[in-house]
Amino acid sequence: MPGPDKEIDLTERIEAFLSDLKRGGCGTGPLRGSAETARETTSLLRRITAQPRWSSAGDLMEIIRKEGRRMIAAQPSETTVGNMIRRVLKIIREEYARSRGSSEETDQQESLHKLLTSGELSEENFGQHFSALKANVIEAINELLTELEGTTDNISMQALEHIHSNEVIMTIGRSRTVEAFLKDAARKRKFHVIVAECAPFCQGHEMATSLSKAEIETTVIADAAIFAVMSRVNKVIIGTQTVLANGGLRAVNGTHTLALAAKHHSTPLIVCAPMFKLSPQFPNEEDAFHKFVSPHEVLPFTEGEILSKVNVHCPVFDYVPPELITLFISNIGGHAPSYIYRLMSELYHPEDHEL
Amino acid sequence: MADSGVTDGAVGKDGIQQAKIEGKELTKEEKQRLRKEKKQQKKNKEKNDENASKESEEKPVSAAAPTPTQPSQKAPSAVPAPASLPVPASEPQPAKSKADMKAERRARQESERASKKKGDAGQPAATGKAKAAPSELQPVVKRLPEHVQVDNPEVLKKLAKKLEKQQIPLRLDYGHKVSLFSHLHQYSRRAPLTQQIGIPSTVIHPAIVRLGLQYSQGIVAGSNARSVALLHAFKQVIRDYTTPPNEELSRDLVNKLKPYISFLNQCRPLSASMGNAIKYIKKEISNIPSQYREEEAKSKLLICIERYIDENIILAAKAIAKSSIEKISDGDVILVYGCSSLVNHILCEAFEKKRKFRVIVVDSRPRLEGREALRRLVQRGISCTYVLISAVSYILPEVSKVFLGAHALLANGYVMSRVGTSQIALVAKAFNVPVLVCCETYKFCERVQTDSFVSNELDDPDDLIVTRKGRTQLEHWQEVPSLGLLNLVYDVTPPDFVDLVITDLGMIPCTSVPVVLRVKNMDQ
Repeated sequence: MPGPDKEIDLTERIEAFLSDLKRGGCGTGPLRGSAETARETTSLLRRITAQPRWSSAGDLMEIIRKEGRRMIAAQPSETTVGNMIRRVLKIIREEYARSRGSSEETDQQESLHKLLTSGELSEENFGQHFSALKANVIEAINELLTELEGTTDNISMQALEHIHSNEVIMTIGRSRTVEAFLKDAARKRKFHVIVAECAPFCQGHEMATSLSKAEIETTVIADAAIFAVMSRVNKVIIGTQTVLANGGLRAVNGTHTLALAAKHHSTPLIVCAPMFKLSPQFPNEEDAFHKFVSPHEVLPFTEGEILSKVNVHCPVFDYVPPELITLFISNIGGHAPSYIYRLMSELYHPEDHEL
Repeated sequence: MADSGVTDGAVGKDGIQQAKIEGKELTKEEKQRLRKEKKQQKKNKEKNDENASKESEEKPVSAAAPTPTQPSQKAPSAVPAPASLPVPASEPQPAKSKADMKAERRARQESERASKKKGDAGQPAATGKAKAAPSELQPVVKRLPEHVQVDNPEVLKKLAKKLEKQQIPLRLDYGHKVSLFSHLHQYSRRAPLTQQIGIPSTVIHPAIVRLGLQYSQGIVAGSNARSVALLHAFKQVIRDYTTPPNEELSRDLVNKLKPYISFLNQCRPLSASMGNAIKYIKKEISNIPSQYREEEAKSKLLICIERYIDENIILAAKAIAKSSIEKISDGDVILVYGCSSLVNHILCEAFEKKRKFRVIVVDSRPRLEGREALRRLVQRGISCTYVLISAVSYILPEVSKVFLGAHALLANGYVMSRVGTSQIALVAKAFNVPVLVCCETYKFCERVQTDSFVSNELDDPDDLIVTRKGRTQLEHWQEVPSLGLLNLVYDVTPPDFVDLVITDLGMIPCTSVPVVLRVKNMDQ
């Protein structure tokens, strides 16, 4: 029977995805980039939607929430998973509202007026059944997937607006988005890139080799020299793992130092981040914010005698406050950090912030 | 007047010519006399110019030769004071100009030679001038050191010639240099200079050869260690030295040391502390009175060197430790960067005095010197944490103080230290954590610098290459023309990041460095 087979197939795929997530986030840089994770999540959610297990929007949302919580628990630091789930939930709400005849405005934020005038509407339970809902939702998810595939290209298209000739640009670690951005600009302009290697994983080396193959003048520096060379840098362009709700970043370690040095020299700091990295979390919970990996990257086991007497830390992420950031470049254009909260309201529904 | 002037001028000329024949440098008295003459001639030239401009309406400029003599002859009568000095100026113009030019040329040669000795003679000249004419300031023009002019082919040619004369091999640069640093040398550790010297080396003392190799391979690293090793090597050189016949120890020994210093410079550029130590030694050697016998002179020099090490390094460390311990309170979390012998000493002393604190050691690639500091501190029993410099903004909220060592303190208040120090100071400032720099006064230097580009050291670029998980990304960086590796050794920290400098003279702010330098110069 195609039904149960498909179900088993789907469960297997979800399990495979979860174990990939668990393995992939070992700190050496994801085995898969965030874009792939986002795409994989979205296609899995599409398959879940395509199943006949649900009858109303509320059921579907409940199923997605349940699966989503499992996925997030597998790798909490991989925030793109949670972001995609929230996007899909918002899509379902919108499609539901449209099927009902759109008594809800596009602005779904809680407002005092709404609270007073339409008390029952806020207790929406999405119980009604619409036959076209499934098709609409799947179509909307397909649109989301297309958008995901085009994010890097959309960002790279803006490169020439921000990079002029003979510039010295600094970056840290390895970001596929920034790589594409710089390569696109290099087709028309000549500039120089300085890459900070970002110990202990030294992903900057890969970035430098890849950029130099595209015939961009690249220099690799050690992390310790970031402030020393910053006085000659015109722009700092970085990627990030997550964009937080207050406009701050959760980026690879060393980024905060880079941002402080740029601020000291009044060098603009540009963050290239696609919209699926925007997460409705705030950097409040100190415990949940940081992720650590094995300290043998920092102090190897060959240093045997002192290892047992010393605490060694190897954090993976850094928090960069929004005051240090000049500009966000995303697939929908450029924004100031103070605008991020507004974008969040377009992408996610406030009730979905806590899954 | 004219007669006395002629004789005076003649005596001066004779003395100078005699020195010229002997081919030696002028003695101190002759130098001072020359300087006084030059000053007076300058003053009189100015007076003559004034009078000439006053009388230019009466007498045309073409009669310039007789014109200055008239007012200058009037001038001595008007100015009664030092009669002997303005008298040479009152000589008839052509004779005066010849003696004048000769004296000036001599003085210029002397000043050039003096500046070659790394400003050694310039300093007593400065103090002499300061005492004689307090309104005159030392002229700014010093020769730019060779090691920051690598992109100038003439300078390189001159260096090559000088090394050839001294029979020292020239070390070649290695690898593609980043364009911002094309004015600096970049050597490879795998090609030490000692490979090009035959064994046994007749020109260079073996202790110096060993020292050079230790420097270039990084076996002796850290500014205190390098200075002490240098001084010990020089002690050995002095012990083995014998004065050749018809030579004076004070001059010959200095000339013997010059090729050694060039050799060490080729192995690894000299640090500021080493430069000051060398200046001190050269001054001591040239101050040896000529009546000393060789044994006396040598033992005196050895004692001087011992005293220098004792005073400036060992006792200074004790004094600094004593002041710093007041700054360490119980419950402190202290952050240190890399391996500074002075800071390690302070922490160990504080631990002996039963202060309760813990230490966070921050380290950076590619040198990873922090591991050495970690070993030393853990051996003493101090509880330590270890992170890399990219994690410093994670760990800084726990920190209560930052202790940094310095390689040199520049005259404009900037701290020159291991690369990464300025970054730590920057992040500490952002988190409002006090930054204390510990530095002995013998490392203070008169240079000024505002960024880490104009004068720095480039280390072997291959050190940045790392193999992770069996893959070496940058292995073939030389083959890719658009890829460069940059391995800086030093950087400068602006004084607004530093809260306090602890020296053996006390605790001073960064901006008081030129005051200390001036005080030290006056003592000497």
